[in-house]
Amino acid sequence: MTSTTPAPARSPGRGAPRAGRLPWVLVVPALLGLVFLVLPLAGLLLRAPWATLPQRLAEPQVLEALRLSLVTATVATAVCLLLGVPLAWLLARASFPGLRVVRALVTVPLVLPPVVGGVALLLVLGRRGLVGQWLEAAFGVTLPFTTAGVVVAEAFVAMPFLVISVEGALRAADMRFEEAAATLGASRWTVFRRVTLPLVMPGVVAGAVLCWARALGEFGATITFAGNFPGRTQTMPLAVYLALETEPEAAIVLSLVLLAVSVIILASLRDRWVNSP
Amino acid sequence: MTSSEPRQGGLRARLVVTRPAFGLDITLDVAMGEVVALLGPNGAGKTTALRALAGLSGLSEGGHITLDGRPLHTLAAERRPIGMVFQDYLLFPHLSALDNVAFGPRCHGVSKAESRRVAAALLERVGLAEHAAVRPGRLSGGQAQRVALARALAVRPRLLLLDEPLAALDAHTRLDIRSQLRRHLADFDGATVLVTHDPLDAMVLADRLIVIEDGAVVQQGAPAEVARRPRTDYVARLVGLNLYRGLAVDRQVKVEEVLFSTADRVDGPAFVAFSPAAVALYRTRPDGSPRNLWQARVAGVERHGDNVRVHLDGPIVAFADITPAAVADLDLAAGRQIWASVKATETHAYPA
Repeated sequence: MTSTTPAPARSPGRGAPRAGRLPWVLVVPALLGLVFLVLPLAGLLLRAPWATLPQRLAEPQVLEALRLSLVTATVATAVCLLLGVPLAWLLARASFPGLRVVRALVTVPLVLPPVVGGVALLLVLGRRGLVGQWLEAAFGVTLPFTTAGVVVAEAFVAMPFLVISVEGALRAADMRFEEAAATLGASRWTVFRRVTLPLVMPGVVAGAVLCWARALGEFGATITFAGNFPGRTQTMPLAVYLALETEPEAAIVLSLVLLAVSVIILASLRDRWVNSP
Repeated sequence: MTSSEPRQGGLRARLVVTRPAFGLDITLDVAMGEVVALLGPNGAGKTTALRALAGLSGLSEGGHITLDGRPLHTLAAERRPIGMVFQDYLLFPHLSALDNVAFGPRCHGVSKAESRRVAAALLERVGLAEHAAVRPGRLSGGQAQRVALARALAVRPRLLLLDEPLAALDAHTRLDIRSQLRRHLADFDGATVLVTHDPLDAMVLADRLIVIEDGAVVQQGAPAEVARRPRTDYVARLVGLNLYRGLAVDRQVKVEEVLFSTADRVDGPAFVAFSPAAVALYRTRPDGSPRNLWQARVAGVERHGDNVRVHLDGPIVAFADITPAAVADLDLAAGRQIWASVKATETHAYPA
């Protein structure tokens, strides 16, 4: 490792690809980075109370938090699909003044600290919020500190993942199929339903899975907007955080469950969904 | 097949498309039952014309399209009574061949069962009944082309548009599909506009050719007429003729300093056309009349079927097709000076 060996003279025609040594300037940080990413997860596995795991998993509050997490993340993903796919279509297909601004706005929740998102949601949908006030007066609906509020917070944070994924798929899709459908007499809605959507389905699925995973792990916006009530708004991440103060072993168990769910998602995504446009 | 009164019913269009670096302005009359081929080099505006007819791109100021007397250009693509076959077919990859064909009828409000019945009958007609359940990805090029045709016909169009329908096929399949397509077009009672850059496709499939160059019509007529009397270098190259523009007096046409005697009587600006096979080459100046004779320089020699095609420079640029034996006899090589002549009976002159 003292000096760089001179590159062997290559005779033209030999054509062997150059297989030099890997430069340590890249390899060392790369390995450090890998350790940094994997070590905490390994720690989680090493410190897990394997002996008492089954009992702990069967504890009502664990099951309750898990159930709540799965239900809210799924409902939030459904909401995101319902609103996000049309939004992605609009961003990919329509052209109107301010399109770039709208696209930037859509991605704001992606970079916004989730706590800030929660505060913003409170300001708008809270009891005294701009829309919340009206919602309560007109329908008697209050969102903050309810299970519905959890769904709102998760959807707010997770929707950009879906929109970006679907928009990418729409942009990559061959628009001439839509033209072909139009020459066959298909209205724009029929084109979307019978041609565009099936063509971008891999992108929609990938986006939905990412969206669901993000919703499942949501913490900041949820605790700010929906609070931390067991059985009502206490999702897994909230339960982990709370358990860490009182019962670290329970926190590890809950974390393991979330880790398992993440791994299962990654495995199910595999290459074909992740790499598809 | 050809209707004698192209003015009644059918398609009447003036296609005007103005873009920053390109302009198209052509007039198109197609009778019901007639097949018209738009022929032209790449970038001439053929596909633009077809897309304008389909409603996939808009017309500029001054353009209009009427079909059977009703304005078409005011309708969106999905409301026009058209069927279109795209160059790479664009069969929906997620639908079976049957559902691809049934797609159009479904969009026109026909019930699912009836649409599928119509689609099955059409697939039967193009000889693909047993491929109904197959996805497009598993069809061969020729099969996909026939599914695309069936899909376009399934909506019972009054105007059928074909964009390079044979371009994506290999030579062997092409021959087969071309004759099948010709039969289907003969059965079709609406107007057909076909875009191609292949002269053979155009000659075989069309009743009339319209040649477009740089967004304008440069020549139109029956295929045989266009093939016999090309009016531009592009058309001459397509049909494989040497073409020159000159000044005719009586039976002689002067092109540059070469004087052509022809069998036809023309006066004024005229075209002279002759086949490369009609050109004879000599090492020394042949005796006899100085007409139809010029001294040329060999610019290149290449194989052309069983013969050899010689590219000639000189006062006029010409191609000559000769036998390989003659190449040896003449000791042809690039740069060599030779004499070229063509018989008066094999040249063809017509007014420019």
